[in-house]
Amino acid sequence: MFDDFFIRALIAGIGVALVTGPLGCFVVWRRLSYFGDTLSHSALLGVTIAYSFELNIAVSVFLISSIIALFLIQLQKKTNLPGDALLGLLAHSSLAVGLVVIGFLTFIRFDIMGLLFGDILAVTVKDLTIIWFGGALILLVLKLIWKPLFASTVNYELAEAEGLNPDRAKAVFTILMAAIIAISIKMVGLLLITGMLIIPAAMARNISDNPKKMVLFAIIGGLLSVIIGLFSSLEFNTASGPSIITASLILFILSLLKIKQSIQLKN
Amino acid sequence: MSSEKNTLVKLENAGYSQNNKWLVRGVSLEVEKGKIVTLIGPNGSGKSTTAKIALGIYKKIEGKVEKYTKKVGYVPQKVSIDWTLPLRVNDFMVLTENLKDDAINEALSLTGVEHLKNKNLGNLSGGEFQRVLLARAISKKPELLVLDEPVQGVDFTGEIALYELIKKISDELNCGILLISHDLHTVMSATDHVVCLNGHVCCSGSPIDVAKNNEYKALFGEQASQILSVYEHRHDHVHSNEGEIKKN
Repeated sequence: MFDDFFIRALIAGIGVALVTGPLGCFVVWRRLSYFGDTLSHSALLGVTIAYSFELNIAVSVFLISSIIALFLIQLQKKTNLPGDALLGLLAHSSLAVGLVVIGFLTFIRFDIMGLLFGDILAVTVKDLTIIWFGGALILLVLKLIWKPLFASTVNYELAEAEGLNPDRAKAVFTILMAAIIAISIKMVGLLLITGMLIIPAAMARNISDNPKKMVLFAIIGGLLSVIIGLFSSLEFNTASGPSIITASLILFILSLLKIKQSIQLKN
Repeated sequence: MSSEKNTLVKLENAGYSQNNKWLVRGVSLEVEKGKIVTLIGPNGSGKSTTAKIALGIYKKIEGKVEKYTKKVGYVPQKVSIDWTLPLRVNDFMVLTENLKDDAINEALSLTGVEHLKNKNLGNLSGGEFQRVLLARAISKKPELLVLDEPVQGVDFTGEIALYELIKKISDELNCGILLISHDLHTVMSATDHVVCLNGHVCCSGSPIDVAKNNEYKALFGEQASQILSVYEHRHDHVHSNEGEIKKN
């Protein structure tokens, strides 16, 4: 039989994939992949703060990522710099500050590779609770803001004109992004979380003709990636994050065949 | 009922500026139940801006806007659907409100596009897309409809049919309509009140009053006067100085 740690990793990964599916679709639709990168890079700072003050990692990462997101919104209002420059500024500076702080914390031993790329050995029963409870909460909130968020993704002014309050939906969605990063950091690692959000959703886009189907396929794609990735991680002794992302890339490439087919049919 | 209660949206001396430039300023107008108000004016005259002020999309405005209804249907001037978002006509119809299948079918057949229900929005032609936009806006049976160039790209016969439909909707649902057009000619018969914009209100009144107005003629030139005569022929309003207007 599999070891306990592997079963825990599998349960954790399945919990993460159920949430990254629908959130990832919005990341693709709203073109937020770089925004996701910025938030997840800032997570390193959250981790170091957690270690320094002996806080829970997920809670600390969630708080720091939320603060960075709010800071970004303020910066966008106050400066004339283009959005991607601001995102780059925050992403790399928070990563750098995080690494510098780690350098100072010589009394604690860090598994940097584990932080950056995920570590299945590190998933504890407590992490499982956080992933499943937090994940359920994220999905519940997403369901509540689905209509205004989706409508404003299609057309902001339409949603605003017809009374759906898209600004509130956007703010709530930003918090949800910080939350998913916080709960998936141990599994996938902070450098690869955005991949877990985007690649299954991009794969799903290739094989769906409506939004609900795309969300469903993104979830299925994420689940398959986690299962295939974790088994090969165990088999080949590779880091869990890269293994999961590689599996999702293979699924994405397979989905391209479907596109090719439908283009040929049209011609 | 007093006229106050019939008011759906009211602008008082409203204006909006962006990057220190006024897009439109000093607009006062009122849309009442069952009435169609048309905004006309050249490109960049602030028609869409005025509509967005009325809808509450622009919040930092000068002047006052009062909206007395939450049941609003909006056809924006431009909607582009990104390829990354797979969206069928059917999904688009329920974008802001959950509708029963019957209501979706009814609205789509009113604008003549029921057969497109399961098509992908990205594969529609410009005219077909406009018909879907209009169907979506009326399907929720709104009290206030704001239509920004609703028939752009629609073929000529379709254009007339859609304006007739808009008039019919206004009567049947007793909803107020704020209509934007750059062509007074085609909307004249359906309009109760016309506001002619060019960064500010040039003139306003009944369609005939506006068409006769000198500022309107200055804005729209020779053609405008011809339109007046065509209009008057079609509707049998013979005016004594009709020939002279034509020569202007």
